[in-house]
Amino acid sequence: MSEAIPKTMYDKIWANHIVEDRGNDVALLYIDRHLVHEVTSPQAFDGLRAAGRSIHRIDSIIAVPDHNVPTKNRHLANPDPMSTAQLTALEANVKEFGLDYIPMEDERQGIVHVVGPEQGFTQPGVTLVCGDSHTSTHGAFGALAFGIGTSEVEHVMATQTLQLKKSKNMRVTVTGELPVGCSAKDVALTIIGAIGTGGGTGYVIEYAGPVIEALSMEGRMTLCNMSIEAGARAGLVAPDNKTCDYLRGRPYAPKAGQYEGAVTYWKALTSDEGALFDKEIMIDGNEIVPLVTWGTSPEDVVAVTGRVPAPKEFSDPAKQEAVEKVLDYMGYAAGTSMTDFKIDRVFIGSCTNSRIEDMRAAAGVVKGRKVAPNIIEAMVVPGSGLVKLQAEEEGLDKIFTDAGFEWRDPGCSMCLAMNPDKAKPGEHVASTSNRNFVGRQGPGARTHLVSPAMAAAAAIAGHFVDVRDF
Amino acid sequence: MEKFTEITSIATPFPRVNVDTDIIIPAKHLKSIKRTGFGEHAFETIRFDADGDRIEGNVFDSPKYKDARILVTGDNFGCGSSREHAPWAIAELGFRCIIAPSFADIFAGNCVKNGILTVALPQADVDALLLAADGGQNICVNLDEQSVSCGNARYEFDFNPAHKEMLLDGLDEVGQTLQSSAAIGAYEGKQKLMTPWLF
Repeated sequence: MSEAIPKTMYDKIWANHIVEDRGNDVALLYIDRHLVHEVTSPQAFDGLRAAGRSIHRIDSIIAVPDHNVPTKNRHLANPDPMSTAQLTALEANVKEFGLDYIPMEDERQGIVHVVGPEQGFTQPGVTLVCGDSHTSTHGAFGALAFGIGTSEVEHVMATQTLQLKKSKNMRVTVTGELPVGCSAKDVALTIIGAIGTGGGTGYVIEYAGPVIEALSMEGRMTLCNMSIEAGARAGLVAPDNKTCDYLRGRPYAPKAGQYEGAVTYWKALTSDEGALFDKEIMIDGNEIVPLVTWGTSPEDVVAVTGRVPAPKEFSDPAKQEAVEKVLDYMGYAAGTSMTDFKIDRVFIGSCTNSRIEDMRAAAGVVKGRKVAPNIIEAMVVPGSGLVKLQAEEEGLDKIFTDAGFEWRDPGCSMCLAMNPDKAKPGEHVASTSNRNFVGRQGPGARTHLVSPAMAAAAAIAGHFVDVRDF
Repeated sequence: MEKFTEITSIATPFPRVNVDTDIIIPAKHLKSIKRTGFGEHAFETIRFDADGDRIEGNVFDSPKYKDARILVTGDNFGCGSSREHAPWAIAELGFRCIIAPSFADIFAGNCVKNGILTVALPQADVDALLLAADGGQNICVNLDEQSVSCGNARYEFDFNPAHKEMLLDGLDEVGQTLQSSAAIGAYEGKQKLMTPWLF
């Protein structure tokens, strides 16, 4: 009798979801879970209506508005008629199709990628999709989770499946121990800096090693969230006791009689000893430092103690030319020290870093200090109403507001500037979000991606500082 | 969906790497609840300055490339956000085919759903096509043969067979999948026993 071929976690979850094998690694794959928000769903609901189709499994969906909800003055009318139209459309659609819906006024409302795990909707071994690329976040639980376009949203609603080609397997192993002052955000940025924004294209990345095992569930979510910034549609972390403990008792998690069986199933999902990965990346966790992005791509990372690179430091002529344009956009010269220019605005929030642990890390730095006078606005936007309540119970809101931060209501906010939370042209923003793209936080805005502790420290100092010495 | 078989057209050269979907269509323009109207804001930061004035000489508004149905561009095109508004916007500019060294996975999938062919070719071939586009030469893309021809040069490309079929036939994918309803039902029956907590 021959031994079974060792499988990766991704191989196992993929195999468990094949409805029809269509050859050449293409399969009709079953989708267990679907998160819906206001921006990428209206055209999908319209498509269903136009074709007279229904939703295959309404119990597989939770809908929640997040992308363009206001983060203050929610009792007032939304000043943006386009946003209002989208929010109203979502509400009408969930009503018409009978979906579970968390409205803006509900204390559970928040960013889909914070709400899903919080509600226990995200579970190991499931396939989970959402019309948002940061769906990779949910891989922190060992869920195969990835972003889809609006046509696919409609397809999943109507059929509970997607026709997909299997990705390749990559494993990123982070050895050693994460130094004090560094967080999951620095791990993510280190990896993206190492493999580039296209480095993970065509792969699902499994994160492994002692640094990953030591991360909290919140930290694992931050890490998996940014898989897409390395080009990988999904990231995965093996479920362990932390995962199971996190889920126990949450509203959508397996109930008492089923929980033990679920745990057994979850733990069997981990990659087998000797499973083959198409690509292996090793990162020395002991060498990770607090990072800052200097350019307009998440791969443009440098240590906070470092300098803005010069175009000539890159060998590729295309990259050299690109760097010149980037420096022009960012408004500083090559060689500028990352601690030497003024920060204008600070944003702590987004599906990357808006969970309770992020709030605590930032508050720990802020406590007893004041926001620097040159900071035009510093805001903290918790990822969900439940995160907000928890933080308020711990007195964190008071720490922030005493220091001069604004304490907002949950939503995507200045991560993508679809609501009124925007930076102005030319402003440098210390941001805990995931994309420093041109104009992402407002036309002409200059985004620097950092961890919550680093963003908090920049707010206090008025410029970037090494949080290890702060 | 309109079928895709073969296109012969001049091409717009846009030799830029890591073009993200925020560049293709900024988030502030995603508030429509329709599938149309995104073209006028496509590549906004490339086409308009901070005051909203058209930038002279940008390739997307140049009379030279007015009839282009092919876009030739740089590595890792379409990275970032999963917004399908990106291919909707590109289609409204008149493009049916994009040629680049590589594409982000989600973006490439979204293109197929909208009848846009993404052709990945080695950098050297893309460089040659960028030159040809700049020179106003016609490029012919044939999906059935999986080939790109320009002057005397001919390049072949790989393409997902399932996606090829969809583009060639212009199929309604949902309708096609619903033909597998029995298999989906059978799978669910099996899973209710395996993972009852998910039902």
